[in-house]
Amino acid sequence: MSTTAPAPSLAVAGLAYAYPDGHQALFGVDLTLRRGERVALLGPNGAGKTTLVLHLNGILEAGAGSVTVAGLPVAKAHLAEIRRRVGIVFQDPDDQLFMPTVREDVAFGPAAAGLRGAELDARVTEALDRVGMTAFADRPPHHLSFGQRRRVAVATVLAMRPEILVLDEPSSNLDPASRRELADILRSLDVTVLMVTHDLPYALELCPRSVVLSGGVIVADGTTQELLCDEELMRGHRLELPFGFDPRSVTLPG
Amino acid sequence: MGAGHTHKLYRDGASPVHALPAHCKLAAVFCFVLIVVATPRTAVWAFALHAVLLAAVAATARVPAGFLLKRLLIEVPFVAFAVLMPFVAEGPRTHVLGLDLSVSGLWGAWNILAKGTLGVAASVLLAATTELRQLLLGLQRLKMPPLLVQIASFMIRYGDVITDEMRRMRIARLSRGFEARGVRHWGVLAKSAGALFIRSYERGERVHLAMVSRGYTGTMPLLDATTATRTQWTRAAALPLAALAVCLLGWTL
Amino acid sequence: MHVPDGFINAPVSAAAGAVAAAAVAVSLRGARRELAGAGAGGGTGAERTAPLAGLVAAFIFAVQMLNFPVAAGTSGHLLGGALAAILVGPYTGVLCVSVVLLMQGVLFADGGLTALGINISDMALTTTVVAYGVFRLLVKVLPRTRRSVTVASFVAALLSVPAAAVCFTALYALGGTTDVPIGKVFTAMVGVHVLIGIGEAVITALTVGAVIAVRPDLVHGARGLTRPLELRASPLAAAPAAAPDRPAADQPAPVPAAPRRSARRLWLAGLAAALLCAGGLSYYASSSPDGLEKVAHDKGLDTRTEQHATADSPLADYSVKDIANPRLAGGLAGVIGVAATLAVGTGVFVVLRRRKAAAADAAPAVDAPAPAPAEQG
Repeated sequence: MSTTAPAPSLAVAGLAYAYPDGHQALFGVDLTLRRGERVALLGPNGAGKTTLVLHLNGILEAGAGSVTVAGLPVAKAHLAEIRRRVGIVFQDPDDQLFMPTVREDVAFGPAAAGLRGAELDARVTEALDRVGMTAFADRPPHHLSFGQRRRVAVATVLAMRPEILVLDEPSSNLDPASRRELADILRSLDVTVLMVTHDLPYALELCPRSVVLSGGVIVADGTTQELLCDEELMRGHRLELPFGFDPRSVTLPG
Repeated sequence: MGAGHTHKLYRDGASPVHALPAHCKLAAVFCFVLIVVATPRTAVWAFALHAVLLAAVAATARVPAGFLLKRLLIEVPFVAFAVLMPFVAEGPRTHVLGLDLSVSGLWGAWNILAKGTLGVAASVLLAATTELRQLLLGLQRLKMPPLLVQIASFMIRYGDVITDEMRRMRIARLSRGFEARGVRHWGVLAKSAGALFIRSYERGERVHLAMVSRGYTGTMPLLDATTATRTQWTRAAALPLAALAVCLLGWTL
Repeated sequence: MHVPDGFINAPVSAAAGAVAAAAVAVSLRGARRELAGAGAGGGTGAERTAPLAGLVAAFIFAVQMLNFPVAAGTSGHLLGGALAAILVGPYTGVLCVSVVLLMQGVLFADGGLTALGINISDMALTTTVVAYGVFRLLVKVLPRTRRSVTVASFVAALLSVPAAAVCFTALYALGGTTDVPIGKVFTAMVGVHVLIGIGEAVITALTVGAVIAVRPDLVHGARGLTRPLELRASPLAAAPAAAPDRPAADQPAPVPAAPRRSARRLWLAGLAAALLCAGGLSYYASSSPDGLEKVAHDKGLDTRTEQHATADSPLADYSVKDIANPRLAGGLAGVIGVAATLAVGTGVFVVLRRRKAAAADAAPAVDAPAPAPAEQG
């Protein structure tokens, strides 16, 4: 993991946004992710997590403040490059896998960026290889198990060689084995990861650092273990650990 | 219904018919049906020959006759219509088994049955030997507007997802002791249909977001480089050309 | 009711194919406008069209499999043209139903390939356009409440199904391959389809009601109805700090009530007259076939035998002979006239609506780039 990178993978400064119906979701978010970091974004329902994620690749445009991805500001002019750099894995893999076969789906992003022929094939194979789904390249997504679909969804984004990988609830609906397999895959990647989740043990397992988004602002930023052990913070923002889980007792690898 | 690239009509196989590019097959079937429709109904033998041609294709494709015949049931509503024709059509009457029938009505019924059946059989053969997504690519290669192809492929991709959702809603209704038995239960069913629409539309919006997030700007990158060779076109053309000969004979004899 | 191959002769099938192709081409353009929403990501219509129209087509495909039990083991299902028109707009509606028909024809051998144009013309085009025209008309005439939307959906769906039958009859009159008297075809088709239309109407109205109760913003046909009531703020006026001033008046303002009221009476009168005419005509049509048959029988005898040889030739033309009876010809013309009027009326409404919508449509386009200056600066 490189710790001294020239430009941070992601820099969000003073980001505020209100939906067209007048409901304001973000009230000035500041967040910086160094290159290669894995960070969990925690927060109760309705805290503005999804809204924040949709700003990272310019789907929503900041009402105020700015988002910068590896030195490049998110703006209309270079939206295509921003969307290549920021890979978002959405919560429901059925939304993400819209092409008829796994191979075409993984090829979609790089092909939209202009890749063709052998280069494109190599990119697809590499991405599928990293999630261990090469054998399923010609299957329709509908025929895969949920865990497999989630892994292919990750591959569709990896194929674009993103600067930062943003995962929305990566562990939802996964059985324990799929959950562990996904964790192994995510650990093996050398990209910056921002993981939006309610699954606190998963955050602790994968992300050394966490931030808590509540009421449209970042209310805490620190090591995941510290945050999870701060009972007052947890209670104040509707974050609850699963029954019998004690973050203090967990010894973290590396 | 089936899912993904296999659907309920598709039968996997390695026959020469399976191997032909989809757009050749589509064009061939379309021309064949067109020729069948243009064949004069009085040339009864011509339709027998058309049927023999189709049977030959089915044999080459190793599609069993039973499979083909079962699928012809889709025609039933129109068979009913055809059966009525001899009774309601005008023109000179004839008496068969004590029934008073119109001659032109009999011809009309025969015309619809023969042409409709051949048309359905040809379509079934096409669907039985061509993968769903190959059909879509074939339509695209035949210059159907790309946007229409995209819409169709989304429909196919999400048809299963939405049918599944509908099935789950039904199970949820059943588990709560509700079973629609008559008109008075339509309200509940319609609520399900409404909910299904909202879910479908919202999923459409999410799919759009997922696409845009991966650089979609309105056009699908065209990754399909399949072209048909002259031999393949010739092979595909065998069916409509033979049918054309039959049709011409039908007009001249 | 998918028409198979060989039911309608080749020239009329080809002509219907051309009409269908043109309708689909127009709908592709129209759908982009309809689907260019102001939702997350804004986005132009072009990039939203494929996923949204595709999902709506999948929905129609699925909902056609939803069985509505009638009684004693029989059940019906939705055709969906009217529902699609009301929920997503006429262009997207035509597009989605056409795609469903195309896929049914190619994948499931449901409906002949050469009859695709005919199937699209009557099941996608006629139902959708008639339903949407009637719906908009009623929504304009009736008081602005949700109940009115339900009533309008009911009537729209009720009329859309027999309208398809009328369209089919007209095509049959032009290119039918069997000389069944048009009066009989008309009576049978319209009779059966009025019954089907009642079922369709109930289901459509209930379904639209269910959607409007949860997400009124998703019901295209009720957009003009709900927006003024909703009193939504201008999208950007509410945005913090960076909001450029876009006056709330940009939203389609509620149309002044005064001129509408006087127009409403006119509409009501016109509608009543049209319904009366249609009712009278159908009475005529249903009472005349027997007489017609006799006349045609006597007249047609001599030419009949010869005609068989050329019956299938592209030039075979039964329509002249079949519409020999002046009363029926008049009646048929009247019904076709009413249908045509509805279609033209719809056209006018669509054009008017489009003009009105132009201002609103411009809004989402402005939406996206508007906040940028603040961020770039």
